[in-house]
Amino acid sequence: MASLDPADNTWQPWRLLAPSLTAILLLLAIPVAFIAVYSFWLRTATGADVAGFHLDNWIEVLTDPFYRDILGYTVWVAFATTVICALAGYIPAYFIATTQFKHKAFLLLLLMLPFWISYIIRTMSWINILGSSGIVNAALIWLGITDEPIQMLYNQGTVIVGLVHFLLPFMILNIYVSLYGIDRNLVDAARSLGCTGWQAFREVTLPLSMPGLAAGSLLCFVLGAGTYITPLVLGGPTDAMFANLVFDAIITQLNWPLGSALSLVLLILLGLVVAVYNRFAGMNQIAKSFG
Amino acid sequence: MFSGWSFIRLGTILVYVFMFAPVSVVVLLSFNSSQFGSFPMEGLSFRWFVALWDNAAIVRAFQTSMMLGALTAVISTTLGVLASLAMVRYTFPGKTAISTALIAPILVPEVVLAVALLLFLGAMGVPKSFPLLLAGHVIFTLPFVVLVVQARLVSVKREYEEAAMSLGAGPIETFFQITLPLILPAVLAGGLFAFTISFDDITGTLFWKPGGVETVPTQIFAMLRNSISPEINALGTVMIVVTVALPLLGAAAARRLSRKQ
Repeated sequence: MASLDPADNTWQPWRLLAPSLTAILLLLAIPVAFIAVYSFWLRTATGADVAGFHLDNWIEVLTDPFYRDILGYTVWVAFATTVICALAGYIPAYFIATTQFKHKAFLLLLLMLPFWISYIIRTMSWINILGSSGIVNAALIWLGITDEPIQMLYNQGTVIVGLVHFLLPFMILNIYVSLYGIDRNLVDAARSLGCTGWQAFREVTLPLSMPGLAAGSLLCFVLGAGTYITPLVLGGPTDAMFANLVFDAIITQLNWPLGSALSLVLLILLGLVVAVYNRFAGMNQIAKSFG
Repeated sequence: MFSGWSFIRLGTILVYVFMFAPVSVVVLLSFNSSQFGSFPMEGLSFRWFVALWDNAAIVRAFQTSMMLGALTAVISTTLGVLASLAMVRYTFPGKTAISTALIAPILVPEVVLAVALLLFLGAMGVPKSFPLLLAGHVIFTLPFVVLVVQARLVSVKREYEEAAMSLGAGPIETFFQITLPLILPAVLAGGLFAFTISFDDITGTLFWKPGGVETVPTQIFAMLRNSISPEINALGTVMIVVTVALPLLGAAAARRLSRKQ
């Protein structure tokens, strides 16, 4: 509460912020700084950590083609996911924003629903669809198109399908928010000046919806590139993404210094993407979809 | 233009089918009476829900998730409401930086947050444990609460608070008598949001959970290692009911509350 006495107002916001900022400092800022230091330590064969300034982990992470290939694969999967989400997400966003359909509110509510349904459930649900005893194979066998179930799961394609399924609502929502804010008179004006419907869309609507498209793409790319669950559930042995390497290093091999270095590579890569976005668009657009 | 619009409508239908068909199949198959829980379906039955109820590990995972989600929601919402008040009601130096700091936990990839928290608190003597899980879930859900509560608080006129204070109410009394009732729907929404995110989380949870402790998502994940069983579909259905029905009930309650005033 802003007090009426101005002298109280200097410290009051900091008192209100103190618990949150303390939490962020202790549970985020210092831990990230800690792994930055930790990544220069060494894990010896006996399992003990050697403190100090060793470049070994970084040299391994940055020069070993194994890590470079998986980083490239991760960027490719996240990029493909983002492009598919943008193409497939624009259509329903445009429909909901412009339709006179009377159940529009219901369509919007449905759109929010996936945010409330667990990520692991949505991911594993594809096993029921594409698995060897899933609905598609059951249909193919019933139709006599095939005798044996076709192996459709556990490859790069299904990883991307799973990620698109997970991230599409983020994209649709962001594009919708941006389309919703466009003054319809602008399109009408373009039409009255002789634009075709398609021209009006390309020259007016599409450019004005760019902020939403960009915000949605950022979320899809960053969330897609940081996942390790989807490749574990829907990918094959060669579909590990960068976050899987982090998980293996930390949880399976217990090589914490190496895991720290790998985490930081992911943080820097995605941090750069966020920074570029922030430079051109600003973070406010993303906050808008919470309004 | 007609063909363009029908293309858009068809596309929209296809996207909605893509989003909802797989989840609907999970719900459908959880009522399958067949032994293998796959197609073709043999008949309707509740046997897999009964099997869940009899499975001690799943019941325990459910209790853990509920407890974790509830505590996360309470702590995260308390912190988030206080921070939102500062951000919306005051101007102070460094506000833009603080605003970024408050949403930083969702700007950092969750895997990185998970590793950093695990290793740092481990070095501080906090092992993989329930408190570590709780700390992780609180920090990860805090930005969502802040964003939801801030968005609502902006639209609450500060004149009401100023009127209360000019009539002699202290800041704390003003908060509980005036501000809190006005932002209550957003506070509840923020809390439910935090609960659901915590209840659903698997990315961080797999790093932070001690051996032998499972939440519902990690339990499902562990069961998937074998193969998809009808029990997993039933557990998925229960989870969908918890995370979808709760917010809908919450929204209905909030609407009733705000109508009363």
